[in-house]
Amino acid sequence: MSTSKLASHNPGRKLFSSKIAAIVVWSVTFMWTVPTIGLLVTSFKGDKAILNEAWWSSLLHPSFTLANYKGVFLGNGSESLSNGVLPYFINSIVITLPATIFPIVIATMAAYALAWIRFRGSDFLFFFIFALQIVPLQMSLIPLLLLFTGGAHIGSIAIFPALGIAGKFAGIWLPHTMFALPLAIYLLHNFIAGLPRDLMEAAHVDGANHFKVFRMIVLPLAIPGIASIAIFQFLWVWNDLLVALTFASGTEEVAPINSKLASLVGQYGSGYTALSAGAFITIAVPLIVFFSLQRYFVRGLLAGSVK
Amino acid sequence: MSDFLSINIPKFTSVFSSIAIFFIVLGVLFAIAGRANGKKARPIALTIFLGPALVLLFAGLIIPAIRTFIFSFMNPDSNGWVGFDNYYWMTQDPNIKIIMVNTILWIMVVPIFTAGLALLLAIMLDRIKHESIPKSLLFMPMAISFVGASIIFKFVYEYRDPGEVQIGLLSAIVDFFGGTPKDWMLSKPLNTFLLMIIYVWTQMGFGMVILSAAIKGVPADIVEASALDGASGWRLFRNITFPMIKGTFIVVLATGVVGSLKLFDIVRTMTGGNFGTNVLANEMYSQVFVQFDQGKGSALAIVLFLLVTPILIYNIRSLRRERTH
Repeated sequence: MSTSKLASHNPGRKLFSSKIAAIVVWSVTFMWTVPTIGLLVTSFKGDKAILNEAWWSSLLHPSFTLANYKGVFLGNGSESLSNGVLPYFINSIVITLPATIFPIVIATMAAYALAWIRFRGSDFLFFFIFALQIVPLQMSLIPLLLLFTGGAHIGSIAIFPALGIAGKFAGIWLPHTMFALPLAIYLLHNFIAGLPRDLMEAAHVDGANHFKVFRMIVLPLAIPGIASIAIFQFLWVWNDLLVALTFASGTEEVAPINSKLASLVGQYGSGYTALSAGAFITIAVPLIVFFSLQRYFVRGLLAGSVK
Repeated sequence: MSDFLSINIPKFTSVFSSIAIFFIVLGVLFAIAGRANGKKARPIALTIFLGPALVLLFAGLIIPAIRTFIFSFMNPDSNGWVGFDNYYWMTQDPNIKIIMVNTILWIMVVPIFTAGLALLLAIMLDRIKHESIPKSLLFMPMAISFVGASIIFKFVYEYRDPGEVQIGLLSAIVDFFGGTPKDWMLSKPLNTFLLMIIYVWTQMGFGMVILSAAIKGVPADIVEASALDGASGWRLFRNITFPMIKGTFIVVLATGVVGSLKLFDIVRTMTGGNFGTNVLANEMYSQVFVQFDQGKGSALAIVLFLLVTPILIYNIRSLRRERTH
């Protein structure tokens, strides 16, 4: 495709007048944004006001409070939230950091090997790893959980010891790391295989081994690609529910905030104050990432949304 | 408070020590293996670079997938064979029939709406000023988890008894236009469509952004040449622009189909699969972790896998074709 002269005029020109286009786009944008604003406004209302007045009416005579946030963060005395969501928020951070760093580092190394250490069958292996993306998460959950709790046996001989990490943080980092690899290796391979061959060869002629080339050449040059994939993985782990429900017990020792939030939904009545404020605390982190790193975010998401 | 600290401070020490140990082990491996030279250098490097990924892929995906396949022919505790019983059960159980109908609805309605709306907005965005503002607002829900999105829409779909103030937007709008609000999540089959709206709300921005990029990538000279030949408006779009972005459009559709098949979080959060809204992925979870039937759960996972596979193979093949060009 010629990149020199991209469409400066709209190819669908005259399909819509720009006035109609503006009206449609801005009305859809309005519709798309209102639900989130509704949650934000609701989360600042007192527990009686939430039930007695619609949030758009409250906008006309505002009387807002931070009590919901205080209650939901530090605990509101109810049975389900005695210590608030703060422990779960901490758990989310504790889960997400390693579950982002581990797979990205391991995938970067594998991608380098597949791209630049030639060996017989490397093309086949690359395609095989890529094809593993078709295996849905659901295919792994039960056996992996059994492996964590009971190890693996053939007959009565243990071929793999029980790891004893079920319900611990390591038991959540590990599945996230495993599930992230096929896509991360594929995407990072695209970045790393595209690095200039001359550079690699020159380094090898100068006597650098693969470890040095990886550290001194590949890592610095691949950082933009790594960053966008890392952001995608971060959001994926932060927003995940299925892995958390399966591998973390719902307790405040390990469960992330997203799964805590899902369990709060069952409550009615005064639970709404906790629900609205809790939801906003949960989505605040991804939204901050979104608005501050939008460029990387878009790139990572476009690359990774097939997951 | 001291309880709080004694529980939560160790969390941070464990996370930072784990990350530190991870990098120290890598550093030591790199340092030792880097000393090897001669014939052994290459296999050692290969082992260290590729080994961890391969071990994790085998232990985490390949072996578990095979075991799930085997479990699907076994009883709930996976210690006795039952043949095809778990699959036969699917053809007989009335709940599975509802689930299959819902799943077909999801994969027919959601991708078309998501991709259609995304295409319309992508074309229109190209025509307006300040396109980056609506674009990022329309894309924003993509950063929100399905659970978060479900709660946002729980407030939109909230229903109160007649006589009380309707605090949900949907009920208030229906009320305003003279209709009678009802408990939306209990109304079959409308509730399934209301759940679909949540999915479209989060995923539409993805399609819009990549279709928008594809439209901007159509070379201007081709468009101008055909405009000189008298093509304009709808014909220009249908004959020139759309054929050039068709590949992207199909990727957006396929992503919607796969996403709808794997859908879990929204149904789990909004209805728990009750009131006739259940879908495959949620039923799989319920069979395993609520009914404690690993056999049926595994069989459902296999069905999910078989449904997803052809679409993903199509995507992989078109991706490979692109690479060879």
